[in-house]
Amino acid sequence: MKRQAGLSFTVVVMWVLLLVGTGAGTVAWAGDVYRIGGIFAVTGPSSFLGDPEKRSMEMAIDEINAAGGIDGRKLEAVIYDSEGEPTKAVLAANRLISRDRVLAVVGTSLTPTTLAVIPIMERNRIPLVSCAAGIDITEPVRPWIFKTAQSDALAVGAIYEHMKKEGIERIGILTVENAFGESGRHQLQTKAEEFGIQIVHASSFGARDTDMTAQLTRIRGTNPDAIVCWGTNPGPAVVARNLQQLNINVPLYQSHGVASPRFIELAGDAADGIYLPTGKILVADQLPEDDPQKEVLTRYIESFESRFRMPVSGFGGYAYDAVYLLAEALKGSDGDREKIRSSLEQISGHVGVTGIFNFSPEDHNGLSSDAFVMVRIENGEWKLLDQ
Amino acid sequence: MQEILQYFFSGITAGAVYAVIALGFTLLFNATGLINFAQGEFVMLGALVLITLWKVLALPLIVAFALSVAVVALIGILMERMALRTVRKPHPIVMVIITIGISIFLRGVGMLTWGKDAHSVEPFTQHAPVEVYGATLLPQSLWILGIVLIIVAGLQFFFKRTLAGKAMEACAISKKAAWLLGIPSEKMVLAAFAMSAAMGGVAGVLIAPITMSSYDMGTMLGLKGFCAAMLGGLGSVLGAVIGGLLLGVIEAFGVGLVASGLKDVLAFLILLLILYLRPSGLLGAKSIQRF
Repeated sequence: MKRQAGLSFTVVVMWVLLLVGTGAGTVAWAGDVYRIGGIFAVTGPSSFLGDPEKRSMEMAIDEINAAGGIDGRKLEAVIYDSEGEPTKAVLAANRLISRDRVLAVVGTSLTPTTLAVIPIMERNRIPLVSCAAGIDITEPVRPWIFKTAQSDALAVGAIYEHMKKEGIERIGILTVENAFGESGRHQLQTKAEEFGIQIVHASSFGARDTDMTAQLTRIRGTNPDAIVCWGTNPGPAVVARNLQQLNINVPLYQSHGVASPRFIELAGDAADGIYLPTGKILVADQLPEDDPQKEVLTRYIESFESRFRMPVSGFGGYAYDAVYLLAEALKGSDGDREKIRSSLEQISGHVGVTGIFNFSPEDHNGLSSDAFVMVRIENGEWKLLDQ
Repeated sequence: MQEILQYFFSGITAGAVYAVIALGFTLLFNATGLINFAQGEFVMLGALVLITLWKVLALPLIVAFALSVAVVALIGILMERMALRTVRKPHPIVMVIITIGISIFLRGVGMLTWGKDAHSVEPFTQHAPVEVYGATLLPQSLWILGIVLIIVAGLQFFFKRTLAGKAMEACAISKKAAWLLGIPSEKMVLAAFAMSAAMGGVAGVLIAPITMSSYDMGTMLGLKGFCAAMLGGLGSVLGAVIGGLLLGVIEAFGVGLVASGLKDVLAFLILLLILYLRPSGLLGAKSIQRF
């Protein structure tokens, strides 16, 4: 039995090693051009973010080149796959800087990977436009670091405003145990008081958990007016299903992390009645004609869908906006990184897919809460709610 | 009271699935002394094959169920034939590392076949959930418990009452002695692989309707099943079932009464404690007979 125990220990250690994967990136090279790097989670569990981001970046670069490039120079993208892992993102960042000598970097897709590459970007004085949502990326403001994704704080604000209108005061929250969920929980807790909302119970679930009935039962015991679930697929779909199975008739709010058709597919009819904040892209066709973003959104959706023959996702726009922002900053810079950085900081009123960007030395995200709209899922469709 | 009962229902549902996975470990360990890393991947394959056959190809449930399990059992047989039997010096560590390779391979196959997204499927039957003293019992939980009961009864019958079962048990006790008595031990090992893989397939089929299935779901489930098998005592059919149910219930109560973040911590803490204090498990070889 001693030997068996020894073997079992080895088995456990190896199992942990199993959780690590492998992969490789793509390389491109050309002559006298402005070269921009990209680091996205193209494969791996976060590929739902990285894959559309990579496609959108390539599309934006091609569009700009087709229109004559910038100051007569073409743009060129060098994109690496981080697989959503900080170590691989760091490797990619070093390679982009030392081998590919890029002017600026777009990415990464996730908050942990972005936080891992920030020190490298700052040390080498390379502008980084991140596509991740975490508020820690741009708060406190770091001179070389920008981001295009809406901060979680804005999503929480949109949810709480809607709750206030509905007269909801006591809520239970259920967050996923990763950086996205932690950030969401933190924002939900810090903003609650401002909106007069009381969190009666905070619970969490693992990203790969198969059943959340125990957590929901505990939340039900505290009698909340609503439940907020904060996570990315597939967990929140399990929560939606469990809520329906347990017959808990309390409004469910989800985060923008599940704002994709995939969520409705996974949750089935349990998705009906769920409220969530999302970028305008999901409901572009329902936006009023006078919405300032309508034109950009329609153009982006049409070219994405005709080029890739797949439905547009809510996430590719982060990279698309990042490229267009960089293109604007590149104008007249003659490839000087410091000039790119300072003109990025001065961009204002830039209408993007995600929102209207107003950068300033104090704000490197540049979005306001109107970058989010509240939607309700009805019969498997997103329904824009009156703002 | 209502909550306690709900935690219990959640726990035995998850626990029953862990139990089936643990049975897969136990059956193989008994016949070969091998711990199969790819056990979790069999669960993944079972779930995803079921989704393809039942949801996409719209076969009747019972046919899809049987076919899914058969496909996974076949993969188990192929694994034994092609990857393990051909090893010249079957040292346990070599074998274990081969199964790791197979698990990575199967995960890759799963990713290429079904993509990186999660998939979901409806419960076996569309009954309304049953209310028991205010707690909700899902029809799928009843299906799972029922099927686990049938499996355990079937295995007990197989090992106690059939010649093949006794032959397999004989191989487990001493391969050489069994061979001297004319038992075709190689065939028995092959059968054990098929049965063990089939258990993984069954677990996958059972769990598919209550959760989301994706190519990378297997590793964690395999590890939980291994915890359950160790908890009950590796090698004991009854131990695997008790270990699985116990692990599921402990997890559910841990989430409900202590803190939700502790769910996986509890499972692995139990594994470490068992390995440290009682490597033979609760019902290990010391206290009762293997079968």
